[in-house]
Amino acid sequence: MEAASIPAGSLPRTRHTGDRVGDGLLYGLTALAAILGVLVIAAIVWRVADGAWPALRVYKLGFLWHNEWNAVTSKFGARDFIIGTIVTSFGAMLLAAPLSIAIGLFLSELAPPSIRVPVGTLIDMLAAVPSVVIGLWGIYVLAPFDANHVQPLIHSVLGWIPIFGGNAHTESTVFTAIVVLTIMTIPITSSICRELFIGVPSELEEGSIGLGATRWEMVKTVVVPSVRGGVVAAIILGLGRALGEAIAVTQVIGNFIPLKHTLFAPGDTIASRVANQYQGATTTIQIAALIYLALILLVITFLTNLAAQRVVKRFEFQRTGGD
Amino acid sequence: MEPTAISLRATGRSRRRLLVNKAAEGGAVLAAVLAIGVLAVVVWSVGSRGVGAINLDFFLKGPSSDFFGGKGGIAPALVGSLLLVGIATAIALPVGVLTALFVSEFAPRRAAEQVRLWLDVLNGFPSIVIGIFVFTLAVKTKVPVLGVGHHQSAVAGGFALSIIMLPLVARSTMEVLRLVPNHLREASYALGVSKWQTVLRVVLPTSLGGILTGTTLAVARAAGETAPLLFTCAIAGQIVDWNPTHSVQSIPLTIFEYSESADPGLHQQAWAAAFVLIVFVLVTSLAARLLLERSRRKLGLAR
Repeated sequence: MEAASIPAGSLPRTRHTGDRVGDGLLYGLTALAAILGVLVIAAIVWRVADGAWPALRVYKLGFLWHNEWNAVTSKFGARDFIIGTIVTSFGAMLLAAPLSIAIGLFLSELAPPSIRVPVGTLIDMLAAVPSVVIGLWGIYVLAPFDANHVQPLIHSVLGWIPIFGGNAHTESTVFTAIVVLTIMTIPITSSICRELFIGVPSELEEGSIGLGATRWEMVKTVVVPSVRGGVVAAIILGLGRALGEAIAVTQVIGNFIPLKHTLFAPGDTIASRVANQYQGATTTIQIAALIYLALILLVITFLTNLAAQRVVKRFEFQRTGGD
Repeated sequence: MEPTAISLRATGRSRRRLLVNKAAEGGAVLAAVLAIGVLAVVVWSVGSRGVGAINLDFFLKGPSSDFFGGKGGIAPALVGSLLLVGIATAIALPVGVLTALFVSEFAPRRAAEQVRLWLDVLNGFPSIVIGIFVFTLAVKTKVPVLGVGHHQSAVAGGFALSIIMLPLVARSTMEVLRLVPNHLREASYALGVSKWQTVLRVVLPTSLGGILTGTTLAVARAAGETAPLLFTCAIAGQIVDWNPTHSVQSIPLTIFEYSESADPGLHQQAWAAAFVLIVFVLVTSLAARLLLERSRRKLGLAR
């Protein structure tokens, strides 16, 4: 039995060829772009490893703990740059982490709604200031201020601890580099913290207040514990930024190895040395050694970033119940 | 008989809890004030030191070759920065937008997650490493990959900046695309419009404003980047040069060079250039953020 017949040709059985081609083309084009973005990462790793190869072959892994940077004898090692990188970034995070959490709490829990947006915007603007400008300010404003006021003050109180010893009036110091990195990481870490704290369900907060907790007790027992993983990830992301910052650090740190046992002395970091030597490198092996330094930096930041992303992922999974 | 007065003032343990609470709140306020204070001090230092050297010549002339002069301008650096950022945007904008379209319109969930993850990883790469990468690719290489020979050039520098911009453009575009209401797409499909036409004629135009403001934020970031240019672009340039295959001067590198110089006249120039840069960056990012907020609200209401 025939149903109501549709006249042939009035409804196409398949879609227009043009549409199929168009769909395929746009799909292919967008996929290509996405693959390109991922391929750039592979290309970066490959080219940097390749460029470092002459130095890798000569110095091998001993490069990591050898401590010398002598272009005349072509003896290169990275130990103090690695230590400098670790000291400056961890020092910066030691200062930036509590400050960022406090700012995040201020913006999410404490500030009246009318000032949340402007204050948040201003702190984001701090992130927009180019590192070379922070560095310029670091050399001519912050470093003298540190040398004349901050460092002597710390020295007079805590001078008995070796890391605060030495001549507190030095201008180019590891300490100033730590302060600069703190300034540069606070906006990143604090804005992630703010988002995390805002995401805490208000029923939890209200329940805690309803039980008689003060605001601080609510933050301590409910807000922060429920997003702990995210806060850790925010700090790791800030750390990644601090590890890789080259320009501002090289401007204030004084570019000097061997490192002293005090923060009030010049030092150097991996990124800072690479930035500082951009014109100085002439011999093939010295260029390769510089690229070796960049390779170390690449590996470190790659690992920290992946770690942070994993924590974030797991945290999101936990919060959304695997949605 | 007089009733005994009951004091409502907190004592003992509750008093301590309230004091601790006050101290904690004070600490949080202080931290926010500190961060804003630093921004104010930086902007004020740059402004007060830089504004004195700014005049018409500063924008129109090259650096002075007169040893005692210290005057002169940053015209070559301005033009160079324009070229570099232009090249970077020309690469990063299409690739970034297409990547975002793939993730939010076409890709299966697994693939989308992977692309998003690797974009974040790319965003976390230190800019100095990207500088070294382009250096090994374009300058110190047997095959001139970028097609402009084995030397520093605006193309090489712009390419390095585009790698910085790509994850920023892609990320912000993804966020805007996610805000495009699904019923717009469904309405388009219901009219029998194919997917590619829907994407190009409905989804993209709706999110155009957001994409452009996101790109502006990325431009502001790229304009201030120094590290990727260290190895790929010139550090000195006396004359204005519009040729992208030549090595060009740029604003951030000028500031970097002058700040490390021993000549106080050049320090003044560095402050002035920093003032120009910081005004450009802050004004564009602030404007872009306000626009983004607006377009987000508009899309949010449309939902």
